[in-house]
Amino acid sequence: MQQKSEAGYYFGSFGGRYVPETLIHALEELESAYERYRYDPEFVEELQGLAKDFVGRPTPLMFAERLTKKWGGANVWFKREDLAHTGAHKINNTLGQILLADRMGKERIIAETGAGQHGVATATVAALYGKECVVYMGEEDTRRQKLNVVRMKLLGAEVRPVTSGSRTLKAALNEAIRDWVTNVEDTHYIIGTVAGPAPYPRIVRDLQTVIGQEIEAQARERFGQDPDAIVACVGGGSNAIGAFHTFVGREEVRLVGVEAAGRGLESGEHGASLTRGEPGVLHGNLSYVLQTEDGQIREAHSVSAGLDYPSVGPEHAYLKDEGLVEYASVTDEEALAAFTMTSRLEGIIPALETSHAISYAETVAKELGPGKNLIINLSGRGDKDVEVVADALGIDAREAEEVSGEG
Amino acid sequence: MPGRRKKFRVKGSERLQAAFTRGRVALVPYLTAGYPTLEGAYAVGEAYIEAGADVVEIGVPFSDPLADGPTIQDTTTRALENGADLEYCLELASSFADRAPVVFLVYYNNIFARGIERFLDEAAGVGVTGLVIPDLPIDEALDFREMAADRGVAICPLAAPTTDDERLDKIAEVASGFVYCVSVAGVTGARETLPAGAMEILRRVREKVSVPVALGFGISTPGAAVEAAGAGADGVIIGSKLMQLVTEESPEGAGAWLREVREALDSEARDRDARARVGSKN
Repeated sequence: MQQKSEAGYYFGSFGGRYVPETLIHALEELESAYERYRYDPEFVEELQGLAKDFVGRPTPLMFAERLTKKWGGANVWFKREDLAHTGAHKINNTLGQILLADRMGKERIIAETGAGQHGVATATVAALYGKECVVYMGEEDTRRQKLNVVRMKLLGAEVRPVTSGSRTLKAALNEAIRDWVTNVEDTHYIIGTVAGPAPYPRIVRDLQTVIGQEIEAQARERFGQDPDAIVACVGGGSNAIGAFHTFVGREEVRLVGVEAAGRGLESGEHGASLTRGEPGVLHGNLSYVLQTEDGQIREAHSVSAGLDYPSVGPEHAYLKDEGLVEYASVTDEEALAAFTMTSRLEGIIPALETSHAISYAETVAKELGPGKNLIINLSGRGDKDVEVVADALGIDAREAEEVSGEG
Repeated sequence: MPGRRKKFRVKGSERLQAAFTRGRVALVPYLTAGYPTLEGAYAVGEAYIEAGADVVEIGVPFSDPLADGPTIQDTTTRALENGADLEYCLELASSFADRAPVVFLVYYNNIFARGIERFLDEAAGVGVTGLVIPDLPIDEALDFREMAADRGVAICPLAAPTTDDERLDKIAEVASGFVYCVSVAGVTGARETLPAGAMEILRRVREKVSVPVALGFGISTPGAAVEAAGAGADGVIIGSKLMQLVTEESPEGAGAWLREVREALDSEARDRDARARVGSKN
């Protein structure tokens, strides 16, 4: 079933278009709009202009001096996607897709969101282009990520809490797809990651590749060569693909994706679909999926809502099987420690998702050793996570007392 | 599973097609395997057959049924809690297969996880005649179709109001059971009236395909079934409305309502024949 690999339907044997017939027409329409506009000078100019003025690109590459000293290994650099407008890399994708939606004449935008960063990024571009916007969010996540719910509402979006199934990102995706099937004539679905049916994984990747392209230019400017390693967290995998894609196949660049090990891989409560999943079909594509022997999808778990997903983009499945990217995992506890440490050591409160990448980067930095250069894709800021972290670490905002844990 | 293995002289796909060509509109009621209970689903199937079902559509419960509306979602969630695994679904199918052709409504991952060939062997072994796979569009079904055909299991692809004529040609090529004509862009669920676009898609599919055509999604009154028949459907698929009745009343209640649909369809057919006879005399 790989007859369409040349058109980017498949990445090796992963990917495809496993959706109800009703949606095929819309996917074909999106694909032809993308092919038509991706190199269209007007489209490119509009996208690049907004990337600069609205998003604030290019985002900086920052030397993390104190972290480098603490770990005593490779030089550690942060690619500051947290400084992109709305506070994460997600806006790179939503901006490109709203331009496509506008050209396709779609007046209604829907999205799913886990941590709320994609929802906020979608609500933001919908506001910018004057479109109606509905965001599906698991009820559990609306509780965990209250700040982002308020942001979306302020931006004029309607947030629909999803009470079915897991009440997290997986359930939000189901509901978004059901909405799209029902309103496909006037609605464009902005998927937030490099998953879903073709052509989404490829479109989202292409729109996120700006991260890796900037890394390449900035690395040459700052230290005269490609980095020795790039580390990024992987939920669905869009920030990782964005950072990696430019460098895939360059043997001297080590690419490391970090999944959520949740309460530990052995506990069964995690989001490590590449590390512990089996090939399966979920949400329109064939990839690694956390599932039972019968093919029922398992609930994922992670302290970070953005990594709380039982599958992963199909291109990551391909990159793993081909050995082009290595994948590791980090527990809730380790991620929380990295969160606190980065806040205190570098003056940056990273997203809990990103904290997974930071945590594992320590291992990679030590393996590489001094004089080498390691880049962590700092995919998002952590303001949205302060409540979850305060709960987990027992911080009471009413009392000014010392945070337990690493200083 | 030797004990469960059925001996049918005729291929599953042929038995399925034959159910649509008995000179009456085929009635295709849906039930979720394992709902309301593991035992209760047997009673639902029995009630359907007694009410005059021509084909029984059995939903294999999936954790993430993205083509289904809330009614059927609730039944599959409950069925999974009840422990309705694939072994159970095969047993259930086996108990009806002698009396009415059974088709599985099954999401692709349940097939994929089992192993495609093993799944097909097991389904064919208990007498399942066809498969409706809502998340396997024809483009992804090409290899699958060959493997199913080898075992005499029919593929019943879906056609939607958004499907263009070029794709309808491909659907006509792939279909080996019936074409499941989706009445509306949307998910499953009972609706008051037949959607406006239903007649149009039915007509377009009719023109293109030679296998039987069944209309589904949202048929929830005898009148809507009659309307679908009048527009040329060879069969009507009824799901959410029946699951609602099972929940709110009982398997027998669902069966009694289904009989009303059967009678409405038959009486309409008699009237039509009578009109035709009068017409031919003039």
